[in-house]
Amino acid sequence: MRTPRGLTVSRWAGLACLVLVAVGRPAVAVDDAVLEAERARIATIEKVAPSVVAIFSSKGGGGGSGVLISPDGYALSNYHVTSACGEFMKCGLNDGKLYDAVIVGIDPTGDVALIKMLGRDDFPVATLGDSDQLKQGDWVYVMGNPFLLATDFAPTVTYGIVSGVHRYQYPAGTILEYTDCIQTDASINPGNSGGPLFNSAGELVGINGRGSFEKRGRVNVGAGYAISINQIKHFLDHLKSGRIVDHATLGATVRTDRLSRAVVVDSILPQSEAFRRGLREGDEIVSFAGRPIGSVNQFKNILGIYPDGWTVPLVYRREEQKTEIYVRLRPLHHQSELAETQGPKVPDPRQPPHPGPDGGPQPPPAEAAKDDLDADLKKLHEGRPGYANYYFNRQHQSRLEEGLKEFAGWSGRRGTWKFSGATDANQTFRVLLAEQSVGMWLDDKPYLQPLDAVDWLDEPPGTGGLLVAFQQFKWLVSEGPEAFTEFAYFGSEPLDGRGPLVDVLLTERGTLGARWYFRQSDGALIGYDSSLLADQDECRIRFVETVAFSGLRFPATFSVSSGDKQLGVFKVQQVEPPAK
Amino acid sequence: MSGITDERRLFGRLRTAALVAVVLTCHAPMTVRGQDASAVEPIRHVASRVVKIFGAGGLQGLSDFGSGFLISADGHIATVWSHVLDAEFVTVVLDDGRRFEGKLVGAEPALDVAVLKIDGENLPYFELTDAVPASLGSRVLAFSNMFEVANGDEPVSVQHGVLSARINMSARRGAFESRYDGPIYVVDAITNNPGAAGGVLTTRDGRLLGMLGKELRDARTGTWLNYALPIEVLRTPITQIVTGDFSKKETDPDNVPKRLNRYAPRDFGLVMIPDVVARTPPYVDRIPADGPAAGKIQPGDLIIFVGDTLVSSVRVLNEEIGKLESGGNVRLVVRRGNELVTVELPIPRKN
Repeated sequence: MRTPRGLTVSRWAGLACLVLVAVGRPAVAVDDAVLEAERARIATIEKVAPSVVAIFSSKGGGGGSGVLISPDGYALSNYHVTSACGEFMKCGLNDGKLYDAVIVGIDPTGDVALIKMLGRDDFPVATLGDSDQLKQGDWVYVMGNPFLLATDFAPTVTYGIVSGVHRYQYPAGTILEYTDCIQTDASINPGNSGGPLFNSAGELVGINGRGSFEKRGRVNVGAGYAISINQIKHFLDHLKSGRIVDHATLGATVRTDRLSRAVVVDSILPQSEAFRRGLREGDEIVSFAGRPIGSVNQFKNILGIYPDGWTVPLVYRREEQKTEIYVRLRPLHHQSELAETQGPKVPDPRQPPHPGPDGGPQPPPAEAAKDDLDADLKKLHEGRPGYANYYFNRQHQSRLEEGLKEFAGWSGRRGTWKFSGATDANQTFRVLLAEQSVGMWLDDKPYLQPLDAVDWLDEPPGTGGLLVAFQQFKWLVSEGPEAFTEFAYFGSEPLDGRGPLVDVLLTERGTLGARWYFRQSDGALIGYDSSLLADQDECRIRFVETVAFSGLRFPATFSVSSGDKQLGVFKVQQVEPPAK
Repeated sequence: MSGITDERRLFGRLRTAALVAVVLTCHAPMTVRGQDASAVEPIRHVASRVVKIFGAGGLQGLSDFGSGFLISADGHIATVWSHVLDAEFVTVVLDDGRRFEGKLVGAEPALDVAVLKIDGENLPYFELTDAVPASLGSRVLAFSNMFEVANGDEPVSVQHGVLSARINMSARRGAFESRYDGPIYVVDAITNNPGAAGGVLTTRDGRLLGMLGKELRDARTGTWLNYALPIEVLRTPITQIVTGDFSKKETDPDNVPKRLNRYAPRDFGLVMIPDVVARTPPYVDRIPADGPAAGKIQPGDLIIFVGDTLVSSVRVLNEEIGKLESGGNVRLVVRRGNELVTVELPIPRKN
């Protein structure tokens, strides 16, 4: 007779046999499609996991996730992750290695940060997808380092579906605002912040950063949010500039009309470009940046994905009349507001990067504060107001200056420039850029801009200051950066809101501003906007053709416009440079 | 000439019909494309039938938003009976952004279900009679306006999960405080969030299974229950509210359905301890020496399983034994000391 204990043991043995049999040969035939889907998932994860970054503060304590997007080490994360880490951080990849990284640019409003990992030029990278193609129900992968669990830096994978697209998440306490974001039920927990959201093909479609938590404690409750990669694409060059980048405002607020349910302009700033182009209170917004507007949230969603300074189309309706205008978006914040976001001071009430005492093992031991950093490493960070890291801006300034080489022959020629020709309206023009003043004769009618005065004039009237615009070009090519009080790479934007992306160099000299546009394919300067004061229509010069006049290249054909007026195409026939 | 055209047209139509048939019947080909098929189409179908409800609340952590689903083309909406409806009027927003004033038609507080009416026509809706039961392990989708994520013309949030259990709600003080104690579907996704109540649980191909219930939290463990009320339970009361015909009300004492109580523990020679508290553990009190359980089960044994069903209390034990069918054996698992003992008892024949 078996003892009760023997019985128990034999029961367990039997169970063990069953388990072995089950493992050896599945009792249930699994559909090939299921196995194939599983294989595809595993392959996708293996493909993308090397690009996923575990980010740790080099001071110890905080951390989060990120994702590599270029072989030379640029990686995306959340601003609320990097802000807790300071200027330098430690980044682990699933090869088990830890790399140094430096902050490049931050977007405190959109909660995005760009960092650069160091030490390789062949980092594994994620492929950027098109987040506008995502639909509710699509499968997505979330990868990252929730609760800082991965001591070997291999990312945690969670799998879920897209719960919603084009979601708007109100700012809560801080200036952070998630617009046009992607909602997923894949688990997003503290520590996942900054990590990638991949679509089923393994393309990067978002940066995870937020969850709905409320009363259930700060763990996943089935509603996580990712910043869309399409929004980040708009900001990528801005972030590479090393600046604290800003989002935009139209200069107008909108509301839903109580009766018609249409989205109408609630109030509008008279100094905004939208006002100057004719938009008024009560006008119905039909479409914005090419997308139809059906709700206030939709409007905020679209506005939120554009950087300050971009020009976008807007269609409004007034008394059944539809009008399309192009408006340059204004900065959402004052520089001082953004400056406050610099450094590790802004706590995020919703999702601090610290996972808490039971949040898993501590990150690698604090290597060093910045003072103990390698001298070579320290060179990669330069502080400056308005910048997360001015070092990177200087790199881009040098790059853009290459594009000015075409006009290098003008360098040092500060004496009087003369050029003349005819416009497409058959007006003749003569321009004189002297050291004391700028003069122009248009069909013998004279216009003058003294250079010793403090008043910058809109001469000829309605051009946005064409004479000043000529002088700004002279300053740029004859004196270079020294001619300006501010000289910085700004990022990229579609030229005039509809052209290809161009790099933007921003200059200031007193109240005068200018945005210089460089073609991204070859770095050539192709035009610029010169402004006399903020909130006035600028003078837009677009180069059509440059020609060498006795060995000196000059924009021989250029168009001039201001506001919504085309002022003409100027053809230069003669150029008289001063001696060097 | 025209004959040929007609033939072609007919052929074309047949081909279209065949194509439609393939698309409707074979979900498998979709899964063969490397990834499991996403549920994009069913989600569109369901999302157009789920509405956002805005009403009273907004104070002291009570949300002023909820979810509901259309159950008639002219605008009847089933939702959960909650404080959100306790307003002069509530606003109902469809997935395409259309807004309506919702009027309360009626409610069945015992089931926490209410019906609203909006002035609409030709609206997409769920046919309650089409609702299906689902087996454990089925993949399911949950749709709701949790956290008020969706606004205006946005569709509500969708989540995916697996049907983990179909059990009776153990509603009582100290556990889940709910008036409802009937059957529920439990899912492994975190579906029951603020504003989710009144949303729907569907199969992965978009067929209606249940209505997401109110948020419930176990007072002792602090865990939240993610569950839905099966449509079979709600169908009659909802229909009664819509039609105003309450003649078949199930709580009517004359119409109480006969409980299935074909057997009692005594039929198997089991005398259980008295059922004195809400969840009396099913301990065996006595075994009559001449009964069928004699020599197999001992006084003091704790009965854990009746067949494959876990019995957590004397009440559940009585229910499970009551459901047994005449003939054959029933397998019981009891805990005796530190062991689990399995015994088989014959089920006596009854007319």
